[in-house]
Amino acid sequence: MNAVPPPPQLAVVAGAPEQEQSLYEVRRKIYPRAVRGWFARWRWTLVILTQLAFYGTAWLQWNDRQAVLFDLASRKFYVFGLVLWPQDFIFLTGLLIISAFSLFLFTAVAGRLWCGYACPQTVYTEIFLWIERVIEGDRLARMKLDGQGVTARKFGKKALKHAVWIALALWTGFTFVGYFTPIRSLWGEAWALNLGPWETFWCLFYGFAAYGNAGWMREQVCKYMCPYARFQSVMFDPDTLVITYDAQRGEPRGSRAKSADLAATGLGHCVDCGICVQVCPTGIDIRNGLQYECIGCAACIDGCDQVMDKMNYPRGLIRYTTENAVRGRYADHDILRHVLRFRTLLYATLLTVIVGALFTTLLMRSPLKVNVVRDRGTLSRDLPDGRIENVYRLQIMNTDEVARRYRISATGLDGLEVVARQPVEVPPAAAQLVPVELRVNPDGLKPGSHPVVFHVESEQDAHIRRDEKSTFIVR
Amino acid sequence: MSDFTSGFWNFYIGIITIASILACAVFLAAMTTRKTGPGETVGTTGHVWDEDLREWNNPLPNWWRWLFYITIVFALAYVVIYPGLGAFGGTAGWTSQKQYADEVSRADAQYGPIFAKYAQMPIPAVAADPDARKIGERLFLNYCSQCHGSDARGGRGFPNLTDKDWLYGGSPDAIRTTLLEGRNGVMPPLGAAVGDAEAMRNVAQYVLSLSGHATDGVRVALGKPKFEAVCAACHGANGKGNQAIGAPNLTDDIWLYRGTEASVIEAITNGRMGQMPAFKEFLGADKVHLLAAYVWSLSNTGAPASAAAASPPQK
Repeated sequence: MNAVPPPPQLAVVAGAPEQEQSLYEVRRKIYPRAVRGWFARWRWTLVILTQLAFYGTAWLQWNDRQAVLFDLASRKFYVFGLVLWPQDFIFLTGLLIISAFSLFLFTAVAGRLWCGYACPQTVYTEIFLWIERVIEGDRLARMKLDGQGVTARKFGKKALKHAVWIALALWTGFTFVGYFTPIRSLWGEAWALNLGPWETFWCLFYGFAAYGNAGWMREQVCKYMCPYARFQSVMFDPDTLVITYDAQRGEPRGSRAKSADLAATGLGHCVDCGICVQVCPTGIDIRNGLQYECIGCAACIDGCDQVMDKMNYPRGLIRYTTENAVRGRYADHDILRHVLRFRTLLYATLLTVIVGALFTTLLMRSPLKVNVVRDRGTLSRDLPDGRIENVYRLQIMNTDEVARRYRISATGLDGLEVVARQPVEVPPAAAQLVPVELRVNPDGLKPGSHPVVFHVESEQDAHIRRDEKSTFIVR
Repeated sequence: MSDFTSGFWNFYIGIITIASILACAVFLAAMTTRKTGPGETVGTTGHVWDEDLREWNNPLPNWWRWLFYITIVFALAYVVIYPGLGAFGGTAGWTSQKQYADEVSRADAQYGPIFAKYAQMPIPAVAADPDARKIGERLFLNYCSQCHGSDARGGRGFPNLTDKDWLYGGSPDAIRTTLLEGRNGVMPPLGAAVGDAEAMRNVAQYVLSLSGHATDGVRVALGKPKFEAVCAACHGANGKGNQAIGAPNLTDDIWLYRGTEASVIEAITNGRMGQMPAFKEFLGADKVHLLAAYVWSLSNTGAPASAAAASPPQK
């Protein structure tokens, strides 16, 4: 058994008085400095793509209806050409499984890619920060402004910033609600100040969530609230690409003149300029190693690379690399080879299988669903001609966006007669409850339950058919 | 309000509730800071697992602490406003019964006018209205289909509502009265009055002969006088029944129970007891009006009210 090394913070200083320490800390406001570079461009590209998709998709039309609409009231979920019913919830399950496995795969390959580039929390913080920067200036200007007393100029800037934030947040809340209630009519209602109480509530609720989380909470959401942030590090292994400060190359750090001879100073490549700390949206120092606060946004890489360029040092003092590579267990050019390992291949295989299965199921999905509801009160009844009759109600659901006519037949007993209004016309994306009677001559049939099968078939297209089991009761 | 016989338990619950909430506040305040030894920092909790896995005692954000206090304020406000302290009913006076009554009256205010509108119209006009028929169908499926079947064609002991045969009359008003007041269809046990098993079979054969199902002409002839003596009082000398008392027509080959000799003998021996419950109190007159229109429409589909009586039964 190895002895437990003392925790790093437990430094005992002799003679210091006993003290009372708070178990809570006041948040230290973070002023991330603007950064340009390869990764920043990627981040902004993803911000623009995700937000174009989010703000734009709601306005698209398809077959004279909103292309993507989750109509909770009538329980129909329109996704472009698809109309999903509550019975199709398995597809949502599939989507969630795909999301989970994608997260596993991406995280195993290159850490918290989701957090750094695509998570709404990061994306909106990025947008809100940009607004803040345009109005109040970059890091130093903002720090100076916050340090000042209240002046008309400061009040004006802050008021303008919050006004723009609130406008964007309201637009975000409005767009979100627009996926659940048709956005075009919502738009008209909003202008006529005629929104329903729940529409108003949810617009304001999601608006407030955007404003509060991206404007005020920011990195605290990732640090204190987000469960993904905590469990993603479980999927790291020594071959995972993570943003790493190359301490071997950088240390000992220290400032020096650009012209200084590196060998003569005895310093590493880190000039201790602090840019990597200034650009960090979660306010950490990446040079302390991998930390749970790091959302993997790579701002420090861009920041450091700029400095390395100025110093004429090679880029990549902070870079995406793996634990094994940075410890010299294999060369940097072997990193990509180690991306293919049992773990990632397993995730990728599972992901491919599930995506394949989901799409196959989606393509083979029948636009006809049938539920057979046996009459509970009337088990079986006698007809004047001596036959026995059972009553059913068939719930015929047409998930297509064209009206269809269906014919109902039944098999399972000799001489089974189906009595129903035929054909059954079902309007587009609607359900019809049809009473159906089955009649049979009971001679030779034992009293009790006999299996029967209903066949429902489209008149226009014989491929669209459904068989549903039920029972026929003789007494 | 309180089910306890002794006032003690109300105080018991109230005091425990208040004391627990306040204890949470005290506990929170006590756990906000920690005394550390000289030079120590809070560091870890001191728990170590798997040799080197230590549990950190990292500080929570300060606003988090206020969330805790807000829950305490919320809890205190809750027990003041809502019932939570023994017999104290809360300042808002909320009870589940009152909430239910409120919801019912709100629903009545919202849907009442829809039913009231149809209640003003004569039943044939309501039956011609497609919306009213839809409402009627839903009401029927909820309240009537258990006995009459979802296709309204009845079952053994429960009349078929889609044919032209009515026990108590098929006029709109008669149907409405049936629904409002209910019906008690009683066929008394008449075994003693009819006589022995032979006499019973004779009467049964006569009854079956009325709809052309007799198998034994001799028994039919023997049964006829018995029928006229015992059964005709209700079913009429010609067996056509009497809608005023709900005596079925025995000549139309429509059978509430089966049209077999055994079934007829059973009816004579043990009697029959049919009950249609009254819906006046349960559904109210306005909904019954809609239901009556739906039931009436089942045997009068497409036919105008005046011509309906003349048209043949539909299959």
